[in-house]
Amino acid sequence: MIWVLLSAALAIPIIAAAYSPYLAWRDPIYILAGFAGIIGMCLLLLQPLLAGRWLPGLSPVSSRHWHRRCGLALIVAILIHVGGLWITSPPDVVDALLFVSATPFSNWGVIAMWSAFAAALLGVMRQRLNLRFRLWRLSHTGLAMVTIIGSVVHAMLIEGTMETMTKTTLCVLVLLASARTLAKLKVWDIRRRA
Amino acid sequence: MADALLSRRSLITQAAAVVATGASGLLLPARASGLAPTPSMRGGSNNYRPGAPIVNQIGGGGFWMTGTVRRAGDGAPLPGQRIQIWAHTTEGHERDPHSHGATLTDAKGEFRLEMPQIVPAFGQPHGHLAYDSGEFETVFLRPVMSSADDLTLAAHFVLQPL
Repeated sequence: MIWVLLSAALAIPIIAAAYSPYLAWRDPIYILAGFAGIIGMCLLLLQPLLAGRWLPGLSPVSSRHWHRRCGLALIVAILIHVGGLWITSPPDVVDALLFVSATPFSNWGVIAMWSAFAAALLGVMRQRLNLRFRLWRLSHTGLAMVTIIGSVVHAMLIEGTMETMTKTTLCVLVLLASARTLAKLKVWDIRRRA
Repeated sequence: MADALLSRRSLITQAAAVVATGASGLLLPARASGLAPTPSMRGGSNNYRPGAPIVNQIGGGGFWMTGTVRRAGDGAPLPGQRIQIWAHTTEGHERDPHSHGATLTDAKGEFRLEMPQIVPAFGQPHGHLAYDSGEFETVFLRPVMSSADDLTLAAHFVLQPL
């Protein structure tokens, strides 16, 4: 049941965006960049669900493996998103990366991108960093929360890529999943386990 | 002492008030210049192609870009000024040469150019306009439509003589 709902929550926003009339007036590379952004948002729903081990049928180990794969997929999605936009309109992306864009949502997106890169780096480097586990987890989760909030604000302020109702629903689900996982794992408690 | 015009308390209060007024920028020098020039907007010059040709219409039309051009200071309308216009429309991306065109202001300093429907691009339905003819300071504008369904968009220039 959870899997059916989850599949619907991920597929419906993508299908709704695929029916957008604006697609007819966009180049393939611009469309690809837009959909990479939507898929990135879908991955942001999967990530807290995997981290919190909410999904039935997945063992803790496979949850963690899928969390890692989805994290790497998210980085690839961000790179395609930004790269595709760069090809479509270089000056707009340069403005965004330098935080001098005309559009306020660009700043949120760029902040979310950098904190996603940092969160992913912490994930990849976990063994080598030799941080205490709960300290590492708080850092990784903190960066992930910046990514999630930044991405949600970014997406909500944008007009023309996603359909509004499905976008709002997906964003609310991302925030709910994140909040429930934070509460379940009690990431703020960094005392050593007794 | 209670009747004194300047008690220590009133002196301190008044001094503080003067400092606060100055610091908050409420004291402005009187300006004789009148109408202030329009500053360029952020991102206004993105995908600009200098020297867009003067055209009767960009592409198939159906959408109107309108506006006025006036002189800074006295606000006099400026006829015969060349305004360049480009946008992401139903017929092309901003960077495409055929998405660009220019028009001249009439005797009242007004311009209107028919162009294809503007569609949302990079998150907002918006257009680009430039004054870049050398007689006045260059200005780039990037107005945003209040709704993507709008059939017209206006932008107003107040130009600073060089």
